Amino acid sequence: MPRTLALIDCNNFYVSCERVFNPRLIGRPVVVLSNNDGCVVARSNEVKALGVRMGVPWFQIKDLAKKHGIIALSSNYALYADMSNRVMSLLSSFSPDQEVYSIDECFLDLTGLEHLGLADYGQGFRETIQRHVGLPVCVGMATTKTLAKLANHVAKKRPEFNAVCDFTGLDTHALDQLLGQIEVGEVWGVGPRISPRLQHMGIMTVLNLKNAPRGKIRQQFSVVMERTIAELNGESCIALEDVAPPKQQIMSSRSFGVPVFDLAELQQSVASYTARAAVKLRNQASLAGVIQVYIRTSPFKEKEPQYSQGVTVPLAFPTSDSRTLVGAALAGLKRIFRPGFAYAKSGIILMNLIPEDRRELTLFDDPVQLGRSNALMSVMDRINRNFGKGAVRLFGEGADQRWKMRTGNRSPNYTTRISDLVVAKA
Amino acid sequence: MNSTVRMEGCRPFQGGPSFFSQPLPAIPLPGFPLLTKAIPAGFPSPADDYAEERIDLNNHLIEHKEATFFVKVEGSSMTGFGIHDGDLLVVDRSVQPEDRSVVVAVVDGEFTIKQLCRIPDGILLRAGSQAHSDILINGDQTLAVWGVVRWSIHKVDSCLALSR
Repeated sequence: MPRTLALIDCNNFYVSCERVFNPRLIGRPVVVLSNNDGCVVARSNEVKALGVRMGVPWFQIKDLAKKHGIIALSSNYALYADMSNRVMSLLSSFSPDQEVYSIDECFLDLTGLEHLGLADYGQGFRETIQRHVGLPVCVGMATTKTLAKLANHVAKKRPEFNAVCDFTGLDTHALDQLLGQIEVGEVWGVGPRISPRLQHMGIMTVLNLKNAPRGKIRQQFSVVMERTIAELNGESCIALEDVAPPKQQIMSSRSFGVPVFDLAELQQSVASYTARAAVKLRNQASLAGVIQVYIRTSPFKEKEPQYSQGVTVPLAFPTSDSRTLVGAALAGLKRIFRPGFAYAKSGIILMNLIPEDRRELTLFDDPVQLGRSNALMSVMDRINRNFGKGAVRLFGEGADQRWKMRTGNRSPNYTTRISDLVVAKA
Repeated sequence: MNSTVRMEGCRPFQGGPSFFSQPLPAIPLPGFPLLTKAIPAGFPSPADDYAEERIDLNNHLIEHKEATFFVKVEGSSMTGFGIHDGDLLVVDRSVQPEDRSVVVAVVDGEFTIKQLCRIPDGILLRAGSQAHSDILINGDQTLAVWGVVRWSIHKVDSCLALSR
């Protein structure tokens, strides 16, 4: 039996969240910048119309911003996360099966609900999210996840669909005509690296890819791409995932607020990113076998001397103890550090993750020590949960953290701090 | 018959090697489920059967938790509705505003708390105090109802003198 899947996606999510609590931003060009106010990570429609691309460094568009009065906000992830939870919770009431795909989009399985009239049902999602939390969404519906993503794209780009596009309501001819007008790069899983290769083979549109010879595509690319073609033909191959599978690697990296020159400050940053990643590691009940550390100067400051280096440090045995991980990360950092550079970023990646319950004790392990380590880490995590991030931390993370993020123009945490509430005049 | 067997671990001796200092694991006998937690003995509390959840104001004050937001009041134009300067409002966006609802509205980009009244010439945002004037929404002003006020939480200040 064919399935019916919907992809619901919030429009310009970060900007839309800001506008709910600051109505003055409505109708004006607004961007939200990444950590450290580095790059544009969300754009209002007014900004998109000015041709500003996703991901451009803020300093590159400063002149344009001045000319058009673009308002730039620092990212406020506490706010976006709370609004996202509200949206996902509201949407979950429309279907027994939901996959939260990212902070601003989710899949719903609507199989068996077709008699309700899918387009109307989709308009219901829209109205509910708009009224309850004030956010605009677009809805795409189809028989596979890959097609639902494309339907969502159409819902967003073509006003005649009124933000809800149901591919299952179109006949084959109409659907093919639509797919023939969409660039192949818009297909889920076809990134900027693959699409030029496809275009080179004469596959320019989604329709071309749908009709491409599968065997040849598998040879040239992978089974994943072959599966994508099957999905474009309405054969559902990618299932909904209720629970996100545990991550295979955990990354933690940031650009610095100010350039960093000396080892001591780099050490602080690496230690604190490692500690943060270790919390995530313990939250998903995993152990890491390998840690990678890297540092680099700013690629945007072309005239300054450039240096970029990483190192992979294997651990004697898989662990989630912050102290062991930080120790390994700092040992790695010492090996790659070269003085005389203005470092702009550091980061660590925890890799070779295994579930905690698959820990194998070695001859040199001490079960008592292990018990103590687990107890200490869980107490640390609990204190930090109750008293705020970083309430207790390893000494190596440093006390003043001069290099920390710049968040110059961050909005208040309207929904998560009582001191930051919206004020209304009476 | 379903019975359980618990094996006590040996007491660790003081100062021994560390890998002895944990109680030995209980050994499951074939066919018998094993309780690994100790079972508290003693007289059960007679109140156990009557235990109820303590009152939670979130449940009482918040009907639609995804659509509910807290808003702080600034100003004294709504005292007639029991809404005072500094109060905390529980605002529900999902509730359909009706005639006479007290709402948080956005007028020309600004949040304001007023009573929504439909009148023949349009919409009147009524103040709840004699000293403040109502706002008539006419053609060139924009009005959006942001949410409906459900509760006002007022801190009682015991230091304020009562004027009789």
